[in-house]
Amino acid sequence: MNNARVIAMIAVISAVTVALRFLPFLIFGKGRKTPPFLSYLGRVLPYAIMGMLVVYCLRGVTLLSAPHGLPEAIASATVVLLHVWRRNTLLSILGGTVVYMLLVQLVF
Amino acid sequence: MKQEKREMRRRGPAFRQVKAAFLDTVPVLTGYLVLGFGFGVIFRSHGYGVLFAAAMSIFVYAGSMQYVAVDLITGGATLLATALATLMVNIRHLFYGISMIDAYKDIPRKPFLIFTLTDETYSLVSHREAVEKQEDPARYCFLVSLFNYSYWIAGSVIGAALGAVLPFSTEGIDFALTALFLTIFTEQWLGTKEHLPALVGLGASLAALLLLGSDDFLILAMLLILALLWLLGRREVKRHE
Repeated sequence: MNNARVIAMIAVISAVTVALRFLPFLIFGKGRKTPPFLSYLGRVLPYAIMGMLVVYCLRGVTLLSAPHGLPEAIASATVVLLHVWRRNTLLSILGGTVVYMLLVQLVF
Repeated sequence: MKQEKREMRRRGPAFRQVKAAFLDTVPVLTGYLVLGFGFGVIFRSHGYGVLFAAAMSIFVYAGSMQYVAVDLITGGATLLATALATLMVNIRHLFYGISMIDAYKDIPRKPFLIFTLTDETYSLVSHREAVEKQEDPARYCFLVSLFNYSYWIAGSVIGAALGAVLPFSTEGIDFALTALFLTIFTEQWLGTKEHLPALVGLGASLAALLLLGSDDFLILAMLLILALLWLLGRREVKRHE
């Protein structure tokens, strides 16, 4: 594919992505009062979206064939337990990631 | 004199804010360097070098979309198909915008903050309790956004420049991003008594995943989340009116 065409594709991808990021602010920004339902969404969405992103990250896990999602399950449990125990973000993330890397490289 | 200046910098609020923002973005640093690197390597393997990888990371700056973009470019997709694919993959960014409207209302450098609102940046700046604890919340949001942006660009440029050479196996290191989201999810859970929104997010996404499979579930998940939160919120919104 020639370079001009690739540049055009990058431009399209960029334009759509930027539009999606700016749209809510363009519609509801600029001093206008945010509708109460959107304010409510703004308050509760972060909780719901974090749940969605966790599922999104783990969407490729196959439960029906080996290793049956075990590395992900063990590493995720490590993250949650570490975090409940120490509430140290860096420790939880580092601990879970190291456990996961060891599991997929050495065990499964 | 010089030492005194350095001392002041080390202890000044600006320095402390840089340090706090940097420490909070370390998980993103590892994740973005690895995922950006991977993108650079793949893009280069199809014949597109540093300049193309940099252009993509600077102007698109959307992790999973850039991997999809490699498929689209090498597969010779039309511009319309490219636009539609981008819309599908990135539609979740509408969510981030909606939930940051009030938080970013009068914030300095707003266009930059909006442009750099990726999954990972959103996960840090939308964590209001953590942000409001900062000495300068607006500056903190800017630094987190800037740091993450630079990690991503650096990762993809290094990947495109070096190709696939690394002295040790990084297999599994991308779990850092899953761990980041899980940690924030847990932190939010521990920080509130209101668990329904979190459960709605998990439950609706799982239901959509089971129904549609891993490629197509995200849009259904978002619609379900919106519908359920709307049902939950009707009472509360009325009370505030």
